[in-house]
Amino acid sequence: MLLIDIDACIGCGLCEANCAFDAIHVVDGIAEVNENCTLCGGCVDFCEAGALKIEGREYEEKDKLAAWSGIWVYAEYRHGRIAPVTHELLGAGRKLADRKKVPLSAVLLTDKAGEVPAQLISQGADQVYVVEDQALAQFTDEAYGNALEDLARKYKPEVILAGATAIGRSFIPRVATSLKTGLTADCTQLDIQQEDGALLQTRPAFGGNIMATIACPNTRPQMATVRPLVMKANAPDPARKGKIINCPIAPGRLASRVKVRNFVALEGDQVNLNEADIVVSGGRGLESEKGFQMIAELAHLLDGAVAASRAAVDSGWMPYPHQVGQTGKTVSPKVYIACGISGAIQHLVGMQSSDTIVAINRDPNAPIFDVATYGVVGDVFEILPKLIEKIKQLRSS
Amino acid sequence: MKIIVCVKQVPDAKDVRLDPKTNTLSREGVQSIINPYDRHALEEAVRLKEKHGGTVTVLTMGPPQAAEILRESVSCGADEAVLVSDRAFAGADTLATTYTLSQAIRKIGGADLILCGKQAIDGDTAQVGPGLAVRMDIPYVTCVRRIAQVNEKSFVVERLMDDGYDEVEVELPALFTVVKEINEPRLPSLKGKMKAKKLAITTLTAADIDADTAQLGLKGSPTWVVRVFAPQLKGERTMLEGTVQEQVDQLAEKLMEWC
Amino acid sequence: MDYFLTEEQQMIVDLSRQIADELIIPQRAALDESEEFPKDILDAVAKADLFGIYIPEEYGGFGAGTFEIVLALEQFGRGCVGVATAFAASALGAFPIMISGSEEMKQKYLPDIASGSKKAAFALTEANAGSDASGIQTTAVLDGDEWVLNGTKQWITNAGEAKIYTVIAITDRSKGPRGASMFVVEDTDPGFSYGVKEKKLGIRASSTRELIFKDCRIPKDRLIGREGTGFITVMKTLDKSRPGIAILGVGLGQAALDEAVTYAKQRVQFGKPIISFQAVQHMLADMAIQLEAARALVYAAAKHIDAHPKDMSKASSMCKVFATDMAMKVTVDAVQVLGGYGYMRDYPVEKMMRDAKILQIYEGTNQIQRNVVGQELNKEYTKA
Repeated sequence: MLLIDIDACIGCGLCEANCAFDAIHVVDGIAEVNENCTLCGGCVDFCEAGALKIEGREYEEKDKLAAWSGIWVYAEYRHGRIAPVTHELLGAGRKLADRKKVPLSAVLLTDKAGEVPAQLISQGADQVYVVEDQALAQFTDEAYGNALEDLARKYKPEVILAGATAIGRSFIPRVATSLKTGLTADCTQLDIQQEDGALLQTRPAFGGNIMATIACPNTRPQMATVRPLVMKANAPDPARKGKIINCPIAPGRLASRVKVRNFVALEGDQVNLNEADIVVSGGRGLESEKGFQMIAELAHLLDGAVAASRAAVDSGWMPYPHQVGQTGKTVSPKVYIACGISGAIQHLVGMQSSDTIVAINRDPNAPIFDVATYGVVGDVFEILPKLIEKIKQLRSS
Repeated sequence: MKIIVCVKQVPDAKDVRLDPKTNTLSREGVQSIINPYDRHALEEAVRLKEKHGGTVTVLTMGPPQAAEILRESVSCGADEAVLVSDRAFAGADTLATTYTLSQAIRKIGGADLILCGKQAIDGDTAQVGPGLAVRMDIPYVTCVRRIAQVNEKSFVVERLMDDGYDEVEVELPALFTVVKEINEPRLPSLKGKMKAKKLAITTLTAADIDADTAQLGLKGSPTWVVRVFAPQLKGERTMLEGTVQEQVDQLAEKLMEWC
Repeated sequence: MDYFLTEEQQMIVDLSRQIADELIIPQRAALDESEEFPKDILDAVAKADLFGIYIPEEYGGFGAGTFEIVLALEQFGRGCVGVATAFAASALGAFPIMISGSEEMKQKYLPDIASGSKKAAFALTEANAGSDASGIQTTAVLDGDEWVLNGTKQWITNAGEAKIYTVIAITDRSKGPRGASMFVVEDTDPGFSYGVKEKKLGIRASSTRELIFKDCRIPKDRLIGREGTGFITVMKTLDKSRPGIAILGVGLGQAALDEAVTYAKQRVQFGKPIISFQAVQHMLADMAIQLEAARALVYAAAKHIDAHPKDMSKASSMCKVFATDMAMKVTVDAVQVLGGYGYMRDYPVEKMMRDAKILQIYEGTNQIQRNVVGQELNKEYTKA
């Protein structure tokens, strides 16, 4: 409940002006709250008269929480490959750990650790907790979840980060629920709060139309899954030293009522999009499947992958695996060329962390230009054929 | 087979916008709909019932108007509807939500199978399904794209992964979260709508589900929203000028450098 | 405007609207282009229990009346008149059975039509018999236990897709207006085939073909009602179905108005959205006024027909003329408001204009409708 101290309230209206949900208004000189209120607490921060308070929001004693220390990154290792997001999280985790002057640890759950702990150390981990057991050969929520939960109870990390991958988003909520602690999904930004060192987790909501910053003040560990291709991995440093800690898990904890029987791999096409350095993408402005032929040709010339906006996929010009955006893939190539794409926020969240963004659109006010490194205002049907010509020319000379 | 489908009423996310100048969420003209992923979960439940017999109960935690999506679900094949509603639930994050839902499910006698949509399009967390399974102490599979085999005590399903899909065998009782590929949800039928109109919806309060108030709503939520803001877009915006050919030439040269 | 619908009527509107929005509108341009029969959409309509709205409950239908089917057709028409026509034509094909068929005949055919598993079609028109229905030349001759049909029907909607055809044929030329009878012909009957699919200006998703009867033999019990009552059944059928056509005009007009107003608000010329110019505003206002008047008239006529089935003709003809003339004008005006864009196939209004024309022609041309109204007036005022 939002409590309004009517004696303290001076009716200045700062709360009303800053409420994202249109939930608080000054009526006859006093603030009043309506049912739109989501108890986000934004107004409490803005109130200079100290007239606002969220009931039930008491802070836990610092001492209880101080026992939890250290930044952990779940190292996702599947089918012989360390998921790239793990390196990205070690990059981000390294910054957080240095800021708080605590160790950065990786957690590896596998049937055969091999060289992986060493690689994790070279990517920034100070230590690697390893659980090595045949039961972990295939990913199952119960075995992996119980293992991570037991490690967390024993070693008490302050923060646990994992990639917001299919695996991460599947078993990390299990761990958080078992530990009765807070978890923020699919974060795109992590910061440390000045006052108390708490982790601030920022993520998109409402399909990317809104950003929300979340904190977990009263419970530990603070957990977050992080969107892949947003954080930056460090360059590997094979000279780095670190500790490898082998951890046995109590018998029975690695049993699983789900058994993996088989794996079927994806078609090669889709893997390309995630790994490509160059992506050429088309939107509504291409007007038809034929328009996408130009996109395909340009992509082929530049040795890149083809992507599409949701509008183009919904219109049937490109199949869904090529869709980039909130409900499609997130990509972060070196160069992203957006052709005939207006730049609705749902698309931008899928590509805005690309190194260089080129936008071609005939509407000078298209939002895509707000994220573009280079923009060309023009008709894709004029520009693309000429561009293809010119590149062929430059290539042959 | 007793199946419970957890559904949520959400604002149509694509229409919700934050005006960056006033920092206000624009709610005008935004419809309330049943979470799209939940429609797929419901459809799968109804198909299982049609093929193997049993009942489908839809359950939602929400304000009184969430009853609309329960009736909508009945018009698309659900048999019973339960609304869990209480002011004490306000401000719940996913931990408090899974507690509330699990208490309600226990109250209505549990199920052989619980189906959920992969995620709600307002919160986008995808955490309630797994969390609920933990609370019920049942195995779960997320991102189910197909139910391949239905046996008496177990299912075989396809679980979507980043690099393909796993075929997994799960013991019942179990919980699945489903992705859109699993099916094409049906439209309501007129007979279904008539049934929905007449159906008595079971409404449960916090007291009805024997809830521990410390685990409900705001009090039971370890995560707090600290700030909400409009996404910022930052681009250098170097516009390439000149005639079409000049623009093309400049762009081509840059591309040659980068590629 | 509020027409004070009951909860059940509102359900029909909501369901039909959902089908129009989710299924018909996304596919209408492609169906118009490919001239493909909308089988998937009609299957969804069947699953939604809408094929049986007007069929009595004892035959598996919903047991509602003309007004309720009008509510559904309004939404389908807003989506695509071609798709809506395919749906409406099945009802048209079923009406003769409902109006004149025996109990056995109703039990035999209506449940399948109600569930949508079999579609129906109505066959009256011939090359020499359009407005002048008495000019039909298809004959039916009794040969032992079978009727033998010979002749060709022209421009039959749902031909080739329907399984149940209600056909009028001459059984005794000498008896003039009492010389024709209606029959049920099934798609599997021997000697029954279809002509090639017609290429039309509009309603291209609707399947229009000739029906060819060459010594087509059908069992004796396929006669609908008593011999010689064919024209009476036809007249009653058309009276009953006209509000369905009229409401297609209303749905179509609504769709056109929606496009026109939306466009006029976005299109900026001379520094302002064109809706701020009186010339455009007056056009839109006249469109809206005529549309609402048509809707009110069709709703009133449908309700009247449900309450007074013996007094259908005048109400039925009035609403058909008014609403379909309105739809033609409104769709033409919508193209005008969209200007150059309205003429382009990328925008939906040119199709709406093409679709509107047939509404003024089929199920009795608007000229014939005016005849009917005139004759009814004559009859009415004679009593005094």
